[in-house]
Amino acid sequence: MQYAGIRVPGKVIVFLLHFCAGCGIMNLYVISGGHMPFVHTLGKESKTAMKKITIITGHYGSGKTNLAVNLALSLANAGEKVTVVDFDIVNPYFRTADFAKLFADRGITLAASMYANTSLDIPAISFDMERMAYEPGYLIVDVGGDDAGAIGLGRYAEGFSAYVPDQLDMWYVVNRYRYLTEQPDETLSLMRDIEAVSRMRHTGIVNNSNLGRETTAQTILRALPYGEEVAAQADLPLVYNTYPKDLTLEVPQGLAVERYVRAVWEQ
Amino acid sequence: MEKSLMKGNEALAEAAIRAGCKCFFGYPITPQTELSAYMAKRMEKAGGVFLQAESEIAAINMVLGAASTGVRAMTSSSSPGVSLKAEGISYMAGSDLPGLIINVQRGGPGLGSIQPAQSDYYQATHAMGHGDFHILVFAPCSVQEMVDTVMLAFDKADQYRIPAMILADGLLGQMMEPVTFPEPRTTLPDKSDWAACGHGNQREHHIINSLFLDAPLLEQKVQERFQRYAIIEANETDAELYQCEDAEIVVTAYGASARVAKSAVTAARQKGIKAGLFRPKTLWPFPKKELCEATKHASQILDVEMSMGQMIDDVRLATSCRLPVTFFGRTGGVIPTPAEVLTEIEKLTGGAA
Repeated sequence: MQYAGIRVPGKVIVFLLHFCAGCGIMNLYVISGGHMPFVHTLGKESKTAMKKITIITGHYGSGKTNLAVNLALSLANAGEKVTVVDFDIVNPYFRTADFAKLFADRGITLAASMYANTSLDIPAISFDMERMAYEPGYLIVDVGGDDAGAIGLGRYAEGFSAYVPDQLDMWYVVNRYRYLTEQPDETLSLMRDIEAVSRMRHTGIVNNSNLGRETTAQTILRALPYGEEVAAQADLPLVYNTYPKDLTLEVPQGLAVERYVRAVWEQ
Repeated sequence: MEKSLMKGNEALAEAAIRAGCKCFFGYPITPQTELSAYMAKRMEKAGGVFLQAESEIAAINMVLGAASTGVRAMTSSSSPGVSLKAEGISYMAGSDLPGLIINVQRGGPGLGSIQPAQSDYYQATHAMGHGDFHILVFAPCSVQEMVDTVMLAFDKADQYRIPAMILADGLLGQMMEPVTFPEPRTTLPDKSDWAACGHGNQREHHIINSLFLDAPLLEQKVQERFQRYAIIEANETDAELYQCEDAEIVVTAYGASARVAKSAVTAARQKGIKAGLFRPKTLWPFPKKELCEATKHASQILDVEMSMGQMIDDVRLATSCRLPVTFFGRTGGVIPTPAEVLTEIEKLTGGAA
């Protein structure tokens, strides 16, 4: 294996040359396109507080996908162009790509691995996320599968750095009822693992505490101090406290969400 | 105790640790991998052993070895991997060893698909290896029931000195549901009368073995084992009956497809169709008398599976072919929908009376 680099005006391109002993082929990977020469600016005032790029991370079961679907739909309803990226290299199924039809109906672009929901169980990303970041509209990146799933994100850390901090948010989604993340320090240790492998820093915490279809007002209220505590310990702003749309609740930073992620027998 | 949200595969692993499982041996395979991954993270902290074996065959033989010493041991895999374990499971049955094997089923045959399926029913219940033997087969249908079943499976395996299997599927393994965990087991059954746990020159050797040089002796061993199986068949069957009291059509389904079928039965009732659901929670022994009770007033049965129809044979046998049994299923990793099952119910009953 060897690295090679070329320098063109304004750009550094790094290649990775890899000789595969198994098949005898010399592979060429472009690791990095260097810094981005062009910074996208939003064409018009956004109706929401969202930035151009929102990366959503968290423990699986924290509700990242449901949050991503809700955010995408609210942007689409406001007439915005949205692309949702199913950035999941871990889960074989039950992932953002399941919402392909809903997204298509609402004019939302879905970027998913061509292998999502197939039997080819390899950690592959078969789309060009850096190109998407250049294009107009919002980009919501749903990073599935804990820190193992966030490894792939590291590939984009340098490219996305041009968007930080004005146009990129990375939100860590927490769920107090998720086993083994019930203590703030447990969930923060996973947050730091994700930052280590993705080589990116979170900018906010989303308290998405829920018990699926068994979520009640009590479920939400009991988890409010948890969200605050996690945000305080992480030294990050608490962006949202989410709650199910059908509950009438007054919570600080409240974001009413609909439950789109459902089991087949609930559909 | 407070509820927490768990992925099915993780819940199986946590429940096993709480059931006093001290040894996990496995080899990764989708859609079961989170179970092994959870064990890798947690087992050492829980004072047990996690070992990723070089193959499924090695893993099941490690379970055999650990179980021989009297500790609670388990392995988990998905369909193709379970086929590889067949020989070891037969050896365990032939050695009267308890142990837990989890199959998070996927589509087959062959490498098949990684999507959920229930096409290993025959294998699990009728031929989980060579020779005259049975294993306990449990079929939970929710993440909570998987937790409870892990505790039960370890207990029953120890009680009868028999391998136990939990026949789950990719849907149950990958889904998230709220669960409550029971308190960890502090006292476990005493196995000092048979386990190879060190004789300290105080007693005869305990020999764990499935090889018999004398045919009549093996015959006698197998016959004794079958007397135990008869006790299990009489005492350990379990099933859920849903709206069967006056049901004219009873839908039979287990595991994830029972969740789908239940939604269909509820929808059929809302349309005025007298439908019920019979859900076996034990597949071996099959709950025959419970099924006869559930179909007392029924004129027909609809069997729903994620396979080409395997449990349907046990349904027919249990009811002595007294009622017509129709089959509806999807296979290869395709999940049936409640709407599809409802359509079948309507077709068979001609809609509401």
